[in-house]
Amino acid sequence: MRQRNVWMGTVAIAFAASVVACGGGTPSNTSAPPSAPAATPAGQKVDTAVAGKVAGTVLVEGTVPKNDPIKMNADPVCVRENKEPQFQATYVVSSDGKSLGNVFVYVKDGLGNYVYDTPTDKATIDQKNCRYHPHVFGVRVNQPIEIINSDPTLHNIHALPKGNSEFNTGQPIQGMKMTHTFDKKEIMVPFKCDVHSWMNAYVGVLDHPYFAVTKDDGKFELKDLPAGTYTIEAWHEKLGTQEVKVTLAEKESKEVTFTFKAAAPTTTNN
Amino acid sequence: MLHKFAKFVVSCTVLLILAGSLVTSHDAGLSVPDWPTSYGWNMFTFPPRLWVANIFYEHGHRLIASSVGFLTIVLTLWLWLKDPRPWLRWFGVAALGAVVAQGLLGGMTVLLLLPPAVSTAHAALAEIFFCMTVAIALFTSPGWMRGHDGEADPNGNPGPFLQRLATLTTILIFLQILVGATMRHTGAGLAIPDFPLMFGRVVPDHWDAGIAIHFAHRLGAVVVALAVLTTAICIWRRHPDRAELAQPALVSVLLTIVQLTLGALTIITRRDPWINSVHVVCGALVLITSLVITLRSWRVKFVAGVPHAENGEVAA
Repeated sequence: MRQRNVWMGTVAIAFAASVVACGGGTPSNTSAPPSAPAATPAGQKVDTAVAGKVAGTVLVEGTVPKNDPIKMNADPVCVRENKEPQFQATYVVSSDGKSLGNVFVYVKDGLGNYVYDTPTDKATIDQKNCRYHPHVFGVRVNQPIEIINSDPTLHNIHALPKGNSEFNTGQPIQGMKMTHTFDKKEIMVPFKCDVHSWMNAYVGVLDHPYFAVTKDDGKFELKDLPAGTYTIEAWHEKLGTQEVKVTLAEKESKEVTFTFKAAAPTTTNN
Repeated sequence: MLHKFAKFVVSCTVLLILAGSLVTSHDAGLSVPDWPTSYGWNMFTFPPRLWVANIFYEHGHRLIASSVGFLTIVLTLWLWLKDPRPWLRWFGVAALGAVVAQGLLGGMTVLLLLPPAVSTAHAALAEIFFCMTVAIALFTSPGWMRGHDGEADPNGNPGPFLQRLATLTTILIFLQILVGATMRHTGAGLAIPDFPLMFGRVVPDHWDAGIAIHFAHRLGAVVVALAVLTTAICIWRRHPDRAELAQPALVSVLLTIVQLTLGALTIITRRDPWINSVHVVCGALVLITSLVITLRSWRVKFVAGVPHAENGEVAA
């Protein structure tokens, strides 16, 4: 009887493992498996002389919700530093309301075995006027991020990653700086200030340099991409993600368009 | 005097529970990222001009907690020096141990970045410590020392049924608070967003861990309300002349009605921080009211063979 239970348990574990291994969780929106350039030998650097480019625009359809107003009266310093009414930076749209900013666009798949030098220059996030600047940005794995408090009030910077290590550090004095690195790729790592609950930001951590953040014109550019077939994803903090597949020949430039719907996120494949 | 001081400690502990629940309700638990220091300052010299935004709640909670800790030291010493009952002296030491452990748990919540298990344990120990302070206040009260009218009559004493029922009710309330704390600290407070229905139905049509915890808390509310009502009816029918039982029974029923209303309002207002926090405090008050009934129902067994203090008062 005991042996039978052991066998049944083994079968159950094997079944559960096979479900996990087969992707029994979240369904994927991509119709085809990522096509890494099979010929790319491990450790090869990208030859920028023959590289191509993917550029494009992020559009938004429908009525974009108004950004939530921010009440800063819990901290008199924040009130003093902001003369104008403040709103969240969730939806940054062009004046015609058609293109969308603060969207993180990056190559999600297809890069294969290329290697890239880790940049030594620092990415920066500044706590100024009781807001994070920038609101959305990208860094490379192990690239130093300089966190600055430019405000004459105190902040705590609290990162809430899922794959990297969470941290929470106080910066009580104006001008304080600290440096942090993330050692794993992750889309996206939220930052928050637990003192000022309205302060939030997002950083995308990648092991390659092919990412960009759109401004309110919705435009982005991913330069120096080697020939290949790529899955490119656009991420927005409220509208979700969208993917496109792009096949790029040497020295080729391609344009792609992402169109988010303000009501609900959708996926398009160009 | 000792009894009055114990009641003062109880009052301060109510304030402490309110302060703690305001921290969670404002999501301010990590607004002071270091412990036991506050942004590098000694906790007691942290400049008030910096108590801004959510720091006000977190730092205020730390200061009130420190004050309650100090008051508990005084209470324990007072019991040790003036109360003749050794078991109560040691109970005071246990309360002091609980408040010290509670402070350390609070520090761990900050340093470990609010893991739900530690935060829930912090909430649970808060209730246990609160119960201990209430028990000390009760044990040092004139009524407890002297005995209540009607206790002399063997037929007037609560029988095993009421004793067990009251005990069960107190345990159920504590468990319900534990489920509530788990719900709060796992972010499941609005996992079921509508009230009184659940996703428009009597029972949710889909489940995940958050929904299950939230559902358990709603179900627990019904169970606790029935238990409180049953205990109260039992007291009113069998011992209507025992004011020390009948009055807290009425209070427990009224508090439970208020508590159910606050629970509903917490959802309807999308977890308004103050309503949510008062809901936590009211839950603690329901617990200690039931505890008082329970301890009074067992009093005869407590004091059996123990000499009473003269005039029903502990010299203090």
